Amino acid sequence: MISVTPKNLSEQNVKLDLNNLSPEQVALEIKNLDLYYGNKQALQNISMSIPKGQVTAFIGPSGCGKSTLLRCINRMNDLVDSCKIEGQINLHGENIYNKHTDVAALRRKVGMVFQRPNPFPKSIYENVVYGLRITGENNRRVLDEAVEKSLRSAALWNEVKDRLHESALGLSGGQQQRLVIARAIAIEPEVLLLDEPTSALDPISTLTIEELINDLKKQFTVVIVTHNMQQAARVSDQTAFMYMGDLIEYSDTNTLFTTPMKKKTEDYITGRYG
Amino acid sequence: MDNLNIGRHISGQFNEDLERIINHVMHMGGLVEKQLTDALTSVCDADEELAKKVLNNDYQINNAEVSIDDECTRIIAKRQPAAGDLRLVMAIVKTITDLERIGDEAGKIANVTLESLSGKHKDLLSNLDNLGRHVLEFLQVTLDAFTRMDFDAAVTAHKSDDRIDREYEALMRQLMTYMMEDPRSIPQVMSVIWSARALERIGDRCQNICEYIIYFVKGKVVRHTTPEDLESLS
Repeated sequence: MISVTPKNLSEQNVKLDLNNLSPEQVALEIKNLDLYYGNKQALQNISMSIPKGQVTAFIGPSGCGKSTLLRCINRMNDLVDSCKIEGQINLHGENIYNKHTDVAALRRKVGMVFQRPNPFPKSIYENVVYGLRITGENNRRVLDEAVEKSLRSAALWNEVKDRLHESALGLSGGQQQRLVIARAIAIEPEVLLLDEPTSALDPISTLTIEELINDLKKQFTVVIVTHNMQQAARVSDQTAFMYMGDLIEYSDTNTLFTTPMKKKTEDYITGRYG
Repeated sequence: MDNLNIGRHISGQFNEDLERIINHVMHMGGLVEKQLTDALTSVCDADEELAKKVLNNDYQINNAEVSIDDECTRIIAKRQPAAGDLRLVMAIVKTITDLERIGDEAGKIANVTLESLSGKHKDLLSNLDNLGRHVLEFLQVTLDAFTRMDFDAAVTAHKSDDRIDREYEALMRQLMTYMMEDPRSIPQVMSVIWSARALERIGDRCQNICEYIIYFVKGKVVRHTTPEDLESLS
């Protein structure tokens, strides 16, 4: 019989001190980040360390800057003409906003999955190996192995192993989203960014993806933006609450959802008028 | 009620749900207070009718506990409360368990009235009356602190349990002496001991409720901590 002592129970909730992470514990370090769309400042002096091998969730009302911050992590905002960014995001101690940063190489290290599943109009197999082919990998055996490994990691292998060469567009929404995750992890990124990955899915598919996120953190650092607070509470280890471009509170998820320090956080997560 | 801050949810239905359970807890607290008052009165006045009434009314407290418990379960399932709302629901679930047990202890006290004490043992009951009055005051202050979710009042009330414990120990020593001096009195004295024990337990349960209030207001668990830890929260 397993004895459950208070010690065992408390061990399950080992809290990281987010203000004093050792360099080995940090996957990403965001320092004094300001972001402007034209004259409008969308992010104000954001500083936070995202720990390695954990799930970090960004929550907050619409327009608070959480997706903007997520997109900064793999420089998706470079595509917006009027966008100006100040401050740093360090990956392995290197600022990704350095002039010399190879953005394509950065995006191989920092994969991203969007709200709506966006498989390419190709076969399931070709979707998964797309990133590898771009990097010049054409060895059939390597690609086959990558497909199986990625689809297994994305909890999709058993459902599609007999129809790998059929169109990905024939999959259900939940399956398509897992395929997109498999495509993102096939190139073995270090960080996986998920921008509301389940908002277009039914509850069962959502639970499957949430279970998948829990497995993925064993291999990757996961950063997720979600509108669903219960989802953030379920899947994340750390939660950051943002409001009007400010990072209001960033702490371990258990603390943030039971005893938040800031009134704004409390009002938001309990559904009160701000 | 101000500290509860429950009227500001965007969901009016959620506001109503929380207000309803809080009102039910207050009603339950009122029932428990009445039961304890009646139980103590029945002992002091040797009023067997009142004692029987206390025993018969215990079901109302039991029903209230089950019903509030049920409502809390429903709120957790439907609303997934977080932060202060979650702490409130958890504090209520624990408080009603203690209130129900206080109701049971009141029943034990009422039972003493139904046991015939001879005239010469009646003065034993006057000691019980003293302890009983202090425990009743403790319960009233606790329920008042709960109604307002008043942190300071809860901390002050929390300390009352030490006085109750001291009075209980003094009474025990007195009753022991009584039994040693007159072994024939043991059965009667034992009845009084059970009642005193019930009162002491009520004190412990009031202290628990104060701890739930502190948990709700400050988000800190103060069970099994020292008085200094409690002071440091102020």
